[in-house]
Amino acid sequence: MTDLITLQGVNKYYGDYHALRQIDLKIRQGEFFSLLGPSGCGKTTLLRTIAGFEETSSGSLHIDGRDMRGVSANHRPTNMVFQSYAIFPHLSVGENVAFGLRKDPRGKAEKARAVERALEMVGLGGYGGRRAHALSGGQRQRVALARALILEPKVLLLDEPLSALDKKMREQMQVELMRLQRQVGITFILVTHDQEEALVMSDRIAVMFEGEIGQLDDPETLYRRPNSKRVASFIGLMNFLRGRVTEVGAQIEVEVAGLGRCAVPAEQAPAGAAPGDMSIGIRPETLAILFEGETTDRRVVRGMVDEVVYYGDMTYYDVRIEGVEKPLTISMKNLIGRPVLDVGTATRVAWDERSLVLLAG
Amino acid sequence: MRKDSRLSDEERRTIALISVPFVYALLLLALPLGAIVLFSFWTQDFLDIDTAFTLDNYREALSGPIYRTLIGRSLWIAGSVTAVTVILAFPIAYFVSFHVQPSRKSLWLFLITIPFWTSYLIRVFLWKVILGYNGVLNTSLQGVGLIDEPLTFILYNANAVVITLAHAFAPFAILPIFVALEKIDRSLLEASQDLGESKVTTFLRVTLPLAMPGVVAAVLIVFIPTIGDYVTPRLVGGPNGLMIANMIQTQFLRLNNAPLGAALAIIAMICVTVIALAFVWLNRKWLRSR
Amino acid sequence: MSLRIYAIAYLIFLYAPIVLLPIFAFNDGSIIAFPLQGFTTQWFGELATTAALHEAVGNSLTIAVVSALLATCLGMCAARAGTMAEFPGKRGITGFIMLPLVLPEIIVAVSLLVVVVRVMGLSLGNWTIILAHTLICTPFCIAILNGAFQNLDRSMEEAAMDLGQSRWGAFRLVTLPLVAPGIVSSLLISFTISLDEFIIAFFLSGNSPTMPVYIWGLLRFPDKLPVVMALGTILVALSILLLTLAEIMRRRGLARAGLKDTGGFL
Repeated sequence: MTDLITLQGVNKYYGDYHALRQIDLKIRQGEFFSLLGPSGCGKTTLLRTIAGFEETSSGSLHIDGRDMRGVSANHRPTNMVFQSYAIFPHLSVGENVAFGLRKDPRGKAEKARAVERALEMVGLGGYGGRRAHALSGGQRQRVALARALILEPKVLLLDEPLSALDKKMREQMQVELMRLQRQVGITFILVTHDQEEALVMSDRIAVMFEGEIGQLDDPETLYRRPNSKRVASFIGLMNFLRGRVTEVGAQIEVEVAGLGRCAVPAEQAPAGAAPGDMSIGIRPETLAILFEGETTDRRVVRGMVDEVVYYGDMTYYDVRIEGVEKPLTISMKNLIGRPVLDVGTATRVAWDERSLVLLAG
Repeated sequence: MRKDSRLSDEERRTIALISVPFVYALLLLALPLGAIVLFSFWTQDFLDIDTAFTLDNYREALSGPIYRTLIGRSLWIAGSVTAVTVILAFPIAYFVSFHVQPSRKSLWLFLITIPFWTSYLIRVFLWKVILGYNGVLNTSLQGVGLIDEPLTFILYNANAVVITLAHAFAPFAILPIFVALEKIDRSLLEASQDLGESKVTTFLRVTLPLAMPGVVAAVLIVFIPTIGDYVTPRLVGGPNGLMIANMIQTQFLRLNNAPLGAALAIIAMICVTVIALAFVWLNRKWLRSR
Repeated sequence: MSLRIYAIAYLIFLYAPIVLLPIFAFNDGSIIAFPLQGFTTQWFGELATTAALHEAVGNSLTIAVVSALLATCLGMCAARAGTMAEFPGKRGITGFIMLPLVLPEIIVAVSLLVVVVRVMGLSLGNWTIILAHTLICTPFCIAILNGAFQNLDRSMEEAAMDLGQSRWGAFRLVTLPLVAPGIVSSLLISFTISLDEFIIAFFLSGNSPTMPVYIWGLLRFPDKLPVVMALGTILVALSILLLTLAEIMRRRGLARAGLKDTGGFL
C-alpha cells in the first residue's frame, strides 16, 4: 500500500501551549486509521490540521504527494464529518448533500441522481426532501457522511462521529462505517477517545498523549504489546507489577515482585531493554482462578479474593497476592457450574510468563 | 521551547474585523472625549478660546454653590432612581424567570420592553399629565374621594423625577437580572432544600448571591445614564428638580461657555465612575466574605 | 400568586402613560386633563397639514435609515469577531465599543458638538446626527447580533469550506441565511432608537430639526399638546408594529437554527 498522507516534523502552538509535538506520520491509501487518546491529547488538532482548519507552526504535510502548505480547506482532497455533524439547518437533506456539488459541471438531473445514490449508500434513500432539523442523531450522522462522500474525497476525516449517539446506535454505526469504508475504498481517519471503538474499526491506530504519538500499530499489536505504561493503561485493563530485568538475551530474564523469576520472550519487551527496574504488565484475561479440584500446567501463585465484581457474562476478581503491590484483577467467564467466589476466599491463580509485557516508563 | 509568536490567519481576520467598529468608536468617542478633557482646561474669552492651561473651570465648578447643589442632587436622584428601579424590578425578573412557563417568557419580556421603545419625550411628558395638579392621578383620587386637595408633592420636584425615571429605566433593570436568574441551575435550589434550607433561606443563600451579577449590571446600567438625563428634570423636575445635565446644556448652548460645561461634564463622569467602581468593589467584597 | 398580582400591577405602571396617549389624542378638548370632552379626529387632521412636521419626519427617517444600516454593519463586524479568535486586548476593545450603552447621552452629545463646531469648524446637519446615532446604536446591534452569531455552530462554516466553498462563499451561503433574522431585528431596533433619540439630535441638529426635537418645541405651547398626543399615538402604534416584526424575525431565526427560545432581544 502506498502512503497517501505524510506528516513530517509537524508542530502546533497555541501561544505558549504546544498542542502538537514533532509529529511524524504516514497514513496509507485505503486504510481505516484512528487517532486515539484522552481529551486534550491533540488528536482533534491533528485531524483539523489535515483538513486545513489549523495551520501548522512548523513541519510539512503532504496529501497524495501534494504539499498542503497554503492550501485552504476548500481546496484539499479531504472531507470531514464533524462532531456536531454541522448539518445546515436552513437546507433540506437533499440540499445538504448537494452542497458541495455547486461547481460540479454535471446537469441538474444527474446531480439529483448522485444525491439520491449517496443517500441510498448511507441508508437514507428517499429522505432528500426532509427538513434537516427534524432528523434524529443517527440520521444526521448519515447525512453528514453522504454529504462528504458524494464529493469522492481522497480522505474522509471523522471527528468523534459516534460520541453523540447512544450505545446501541454507536455499535450499529461502527459496523456500518466499516462496511462503507470497504465499499468506497477511500482512506478514513477517525478521531476517538473510545479505545474499544478504535480497536473494533481500525486497520491501524495512533495513540496520542500530550501532543505526541505514543504508539502506532495495528489493533492486535497495540493490545498485546503496548510499548509503554501509559499506552497499556489507556487500552483495555492491565495489571502492573514491579520487576527487575537481570539478563537480556534471546529471552529476557526478569525477577517479578510476587511471581518470582520469569523468562519473557524478547518481542514482549521494548527494543533496547536493559538490566534494571521495569514495569511489568499482565492482562486480566491471561490470568485464571483455579477452582476446587482444577489442575494446570501453567505456573500457580496463591492469593486471597479481595473484591468481586459480577458482570453477568464475566466476573472480575481482585486477588491479593503476597509481594504484589496492588491486588491483581482477573476476569473469568461465568461458565456453567462455575461458582462465584466470595470475598476472603483463599484461592490459587494460574499465570503464564509468555503473557507478561515489559513496559518502558 | 520555541513559542510561535506569529499571528494566525484567524487572529489577523478577527483583528481586521473588530478594528472597523473600534476605529469608528475611537474617532467618534475617544477623540471627542479627549477634546472635552482638553477644553475643560481652557477658558472661553467671548467668542475665542484661550488655550492657556488653567484649573479655573474646575475651581469654579467645585466651589460655585449652584454647581455643587446640582451635582449633589444629580447623584442623589440617580441613586434613588437606581434603588427604586432595581428593587421594583427584581421581583418582576424573578417572577418571569421562576414562575412563568418557559413558552411564555419571551411574551412577558416583550411586554416589558415595549413601553421602553415608545417615544421617550412623550412618555416623560405624559407623567406630567398623570402627576400634575389637575392631573390624572389627582382627579382620580379626588373623584374616588381619597383626597380633598390635589397632591402637590408629586410634580415639579425631585420625587417626580424619580418616579418618571424609574419608569423609563425599568427594562434596563429587569433584563440583566432576568438573564442572571435564568442562568441559575434549578437543581442548585433543589440541592439547597435537600440539604435542609427552607425556601426563604434558599433564596437568600443560593438564588440571591447567584443573581448578584445581574443586579450589579442593572444598578450600573440604570445609575450611569440617569445622572446625565436632561429631559425628565426639565419637564417634571421644576426648579428644585433640575440636574447637572441641564446646567451642562445651559453652559454649552446658552452661555456659550464650553470649557466650564466640559469641566462639569467631566466632574459628573468622574463622580459616576468612582461610585460605580466603589459599588462593584463593595459587592465583590460582600460576595467573597460570605 | 401575590407575585403575579405584583407583576400585573407593574405592567399597569409601565403602560399607564402609553394608554393615556390615544385617550387624549381623540379627546375633543385642548387641555390635557380629565374629564374628557368628547371624540374628535381633528388633531390627526392638523398633523397632516403641518409642513414643518413633515420636514422633521423626513429628516428623522433619513437619519434613522442611514444610522440603522451603518450601525448594523459595524455590529456585524464586532459580533462576528466575537465568535472568532481570542487575542489579548479583545475584551477591552469590545468593552470600549460597547461603552456608549452606559455613557450618558449628553456626554456623547456635547463632546461631538465640541469637535464638530469648535475643533473642525464645520456646521451641524443631519450627517452629524447620523454619525452620533450610529455610535450609540452599534452596542445594541452588537448585543442582538452576538446572540445570532453565537447560536451558530462554528463547524457550520467549516463544513461549508470543507465542501469546497471559499471563506466568502461559506459566509454567504451558510452564515448569512442563518443570521439574517438577527440582522433584520438589529436594523429595526437601531432604526427605532435613532427615530426616538432626542438629546443628541437636540445638540447636534442644524437648521432643520428631527422629529423629537420638533416635538420638544411643541411641548412649550399648551394649545399644541393635543397634536403632540396624536403624533405620539401614531409613533407608539408604529413602534409596536416594528418591535413585533423584530420579535417575529428573532423567533423565526431561532426556529430556523433549530434552537429553543431563551429570551428577548436585549
